[in-house]
Amino acid sequence: MNETTQQPQDLSLPDLRAGDREEFAKLVDAHSDKIYRLALKMLGNQQDAEDVLQETFIKAYRALPEFEGRSKISTWLYRIATNQALMLIRGRDKPPASIDAEKIDDQGQAYTPLNLTDWCCLPEDEYLTAEAVAYLDRAVEQLPEAMKVTFLLRDIEGLSTAETARVLEVSESAVKTRLSRARLRLRELLSGYYGQKAESVPVDFRRRGQTN
Amino acid sequence: MQTKRECTQLLDYLSEYLDDELEDEQLCAEIESHLESCENCRVVVDTLKKTISLYQSAAEKTDLPEGVRKRLYHRLDLSEFQNPGR
Repeated sequence: MNETTQQPQDLSLPDLRAGDREEFAKLVDAHSDKIYRLALKMLGNQQDAEDVLQETFIKAYRALPEFEGRSKISTWLYRIATNQALMLIRGRDKPPASIDAEKIDDQGQAYTPLNLTDWCCLPEDEYLTAEAVAYLDRAVEQLPEAMKVTFLLRDIEGLSTAETARVLEVSESAVKTRLSRARLRLRELLSGYYGQKAESVPVDFRRRGQTN
Repeated sequence: MQTKRECTQLLDYLSEYLDDELEDEQLCAEIESHLESCENCRVVVDTLKKTISLYQSAAEKTDLPEGVRKRLYHRLDLSEFQNPGR
């Protein structure tokens, strides 16, 4: 039985395994943006994100001869990068918020939304100002690590539930629970921020916004 | 009239509902019916959707800085393959 997962057509797995540098450069070109973005959002620091990016591809190059192709190569790279970023986080001064330690959170009480302001009516150009984007980043940084990385992989990097479960080596059910909690927490935080802005929008505009 | 308890029970499934990953069709119909009559849950669903879409839009603007790319290719000894057009 062939258990090899189909890889992107423009990459040759045999060449990658054989250490072909030009083929490896194609792999780096195809995935470096995403790996850097994931690391930056996980760590909130450009220098650390750059370190993770470099270490991810160095480790990948060394491990490629043993890569069996049972998962997509992107999933495999995300796993290396995620582990690398978590190692950095655990090495920092603050106590590590490990994925394992947060397992208990999956069984916790449901999160109840407290802020019920409807802020979907703002003018579009108010949503992603530099100030707002900085707030979005700070809100993600406040999430516990397990929720944060699940949210980043699913909603930012666009991995499926199954792929995210493979990267994090947890069940699909855990991915769904963590994603749900992460989204609800972020919604709550964003409601505090955008809700204030929505209250200053004239009522006529709000009505127009809702019909669009 | 929906009670608060029903809202909190359905809340656990809203994320899967938004992803179209809810396999229980009856539950899916129940959520849709609930949303028609519960203004609070409608606001939560709308702002939840908006939250996800805002993060996705913001992420599209996060590019790999050119300096970071150059140092990466240099570290990997791949500078000769770096696409000069980028």
